[in-house]
Amino acid sequence: MRSDYLPASRAGTPARLKLRDRLAIWRTALLAMLLGLVVTWAGAAEPIRIGAFLAVTGPASFLGDPELKTLQMGIAEINAQGGVIGRPLELIHYDTGGNAREAVNFVKRLIRKDNVDLIIGGTTSGDSLAVIPEVEKAGMPFISLAAAVEIIEPVKPWVFKVAPTDRMAAARILADLRQRNLTRLALISGDGGFDKSGREQLLALAPQYGITLVADEFYGNKDTDMSAQLAKIRATDAQAILNFGFGQAPAIVTRNIKQLGITLPLYHSHGVASRTFIELAGDAAEGARLPAAALVVAEQLPDGDPQKPVLLAYQQRYQAAHGPVSTFGGHGYDSLRMAVAAITRAGSTDKAKVREQIEKTQGLIGTAGIFNLSPADHLGLGTEAFRLVEIRGGNWHIVN
Amino acid sequence: MAGFYLFAAAVLLLPWLGIDPYFITVVGVAAGLHIILAVGLNLLMGYAGQISLGHAAFFAIGAYASAILTTRYAWPGLLALAAGLVLAGSIAWLLARPILRLHGHYLAMATLGFGVIAHVIMVQASGWTGGPDGLGGIPPLNLFGWVVDSDTRWYAVMAAATLLALWLSLNIIDSRIGRALRAVRGSEFAAQIMGIDTARAKTQVFVVSALFAAFAGSLFAHQQSFVSPDSFNLAISVELVTMVVIGGMASTFGAAFGAIALTLLREGLVVFEDYEMLIHGALLMVVMIILPQGLFVGIGQGLRRVLALVLSRQP
Repeated sequence: MRSDYLPASRAGTPARLKLRDRLAIWRTALLAMLLGLVVTWAGAAEPIRIGAFLAVTGPASFLGDPELKTLQMGIAEINAQGGVIGRPLELIHYDTGGNAREAVNFVKRLIRKDNVDLIIGGTTSGDSLAVIPEVEKAGMPFISLAAAVEIIEPVKPWVFKVAPTDRMAAARILADLRQRNLTRLALISGDGGFDKSGREQLLALAPQYGITLVADEFYGNKDTDMSAQLAKIRATDAQAILNFGFGQAPAIVTRNIKQLGITLPLYHSHGVASRTFIELAGDAAEGARLPAAALVVAEQLPDGDPQKPVLLAYQQRYQAAHGPVSTFGGHGYDSLRMAVAAITRAGSTDKAKVREQIEKTQGLIGTAGIFNLSPADHLGLGTEAFRLVEIRGGNWHIVN
Repeated sequence: MAGFYLFAAAVLLLPWLGIDPYFITVVGVAAGLHIILAVGLNLLMGYAGQISLGHAAFFAIGAYASAILTTRYAWPGLLALAAGLVLAGSIAWLLARPILRLHGHYLAMATLGFGVIAHVIMVQASGWTGGPDGLGGIPPLNLFGWVVDSDTRWYAVMAAATLLALWLSLNIIDSRIGRALRAVRGSEFAAQIMGIDTARAKTQVFVVSALFAAFAGSLFAHQQSFVSPDSFNLAISVELVTMVVIGGMASTFGAAFGAIALTLLREGLVVFEDYEMLIHGALLMVVMIILPQGLFVGIGQGLRRVLALVLSRQP
């Protein structure tokens, strides 16, 4: 019966025909499925590539390591919630070891080979400053995690940063000195980029606060004893000592001060705002004051503080996964939130649009403070970025 | 010179082979820079047999001369490059006589010291050098109105510079000075008896080697438009020595091969992240154990031996 409907030539071999038809159907279905897969992969699920270059090893590893862990944690969380503008985030990370030359090479790789949509990184000021020509030339939104004010001054269109500047830290210290009526200051600082930049800011700002520098001593960041420099300071009529430095050296300075029996009020920079410093310096650190990010004293903040819930939320999540938080990890958290918010507002990863939206960031409550960016200010932090803290009983306490 | 023309052809053909542009314009340019440095150092190490663990200092002198003169004094790039060459050459000339009197470990120590001192100056003289954070805003190189500001143009410039360095090196070695240097390497006493002013020969090659490095430094400064002491530390000096040794001492193409191999190796190992340095070190050790005469020279010798074996088997 069926053969009536079929052409005569094919009527004789119905079984083979059926097989061939079935195969064709399967093939078409498979093809459609593959096509569908490609379409969804290309359209909806194409990841947003975030490039990162951090100093996870080397002398600045205690900065870079929490930054990387925070970025990984943050991106995993965002992806678990469905990503940004319907696309997952992908982190492409390279370790610079704190070497500016490596940083430049990796940024070239991120831009040209990995085709990232945005770059976060530059753990140290040296790393960040080194890559600025590259990102500016390529037109790549770049959020730096480093401190130096030169990164954003003068303003560069594609460069932003989330870490408060050393100038703000210096200003906070000087304001407290003036308040305590300590006008003769002895400065001791190291030979690193952080130290030098901080020292310059301090020298520039001190006259505005009516403070005179009676000593300006240096040490090498790898030195194991700073007694000689401190003995010189003891011979001056200084009313307070400020040590602008980071790493292990400030802990040695602090111990040497106690060993020499110097009782002058001691100030440090925000470079030592980590638990390691208190552990290394021990008792000698008692009474030392320093400007620190709110994250260090999150629990002690008054309940009305807008930053408190953000800080506690980050702290809780980071501690659950990796242990104690540091302000540097906080910079990673802020940069990621700033980037994600900008991409969401831009509705795409178009670099010019994302750049424009980062610049328009308003009222973003981060761990470092409340960000209000503008075309003239690519950091946008207010004075709340630094809280003056004192070390008492082996812990930080807010000074009012 | 056959090798030179072969190399020139490879450099010219490379952009047309359809390789990922990243490997041409970024890795290729980096390799070119390393070739200039390694070929220059090879003249001193490979041919004259004098080690230098402070070669990054001359690289730095060229780079900082270009950086400081073009940013702070608005000198044209080529003039700053020339000034860098003069400065590096003069310093090398002044240093050569006292330093090259030393031999073996003492020479290594002295050049090491020179490299470290140069690094300290870069970090400490922040009024000039910008200190540890470096010096930025270096304008692109302007070659008589042709501004080198794109990746492709940089590839062209670096290719030309690399070929120039190779050509110079090959010619120096084939000259009277080159023969004198090889004699010095063989035996300084014997060379003196042959009537060679060894001190003069060593000074000349030290200066030439420094000029190669300073030339590379100026190009580097313009290409990165940023310089900082990190780019000229001891690790770089050691890396340059490694390039010369890995490629094969006393062979211009050996040094060039070593420079390319190490540049590519670092690029390839990036994917291993944490294990990068481990693999890097292990590979270098293996090469040194199996092919102590260097990859290029060793493989060349091996091929020749195989060829001889094959030919002798034939009736």
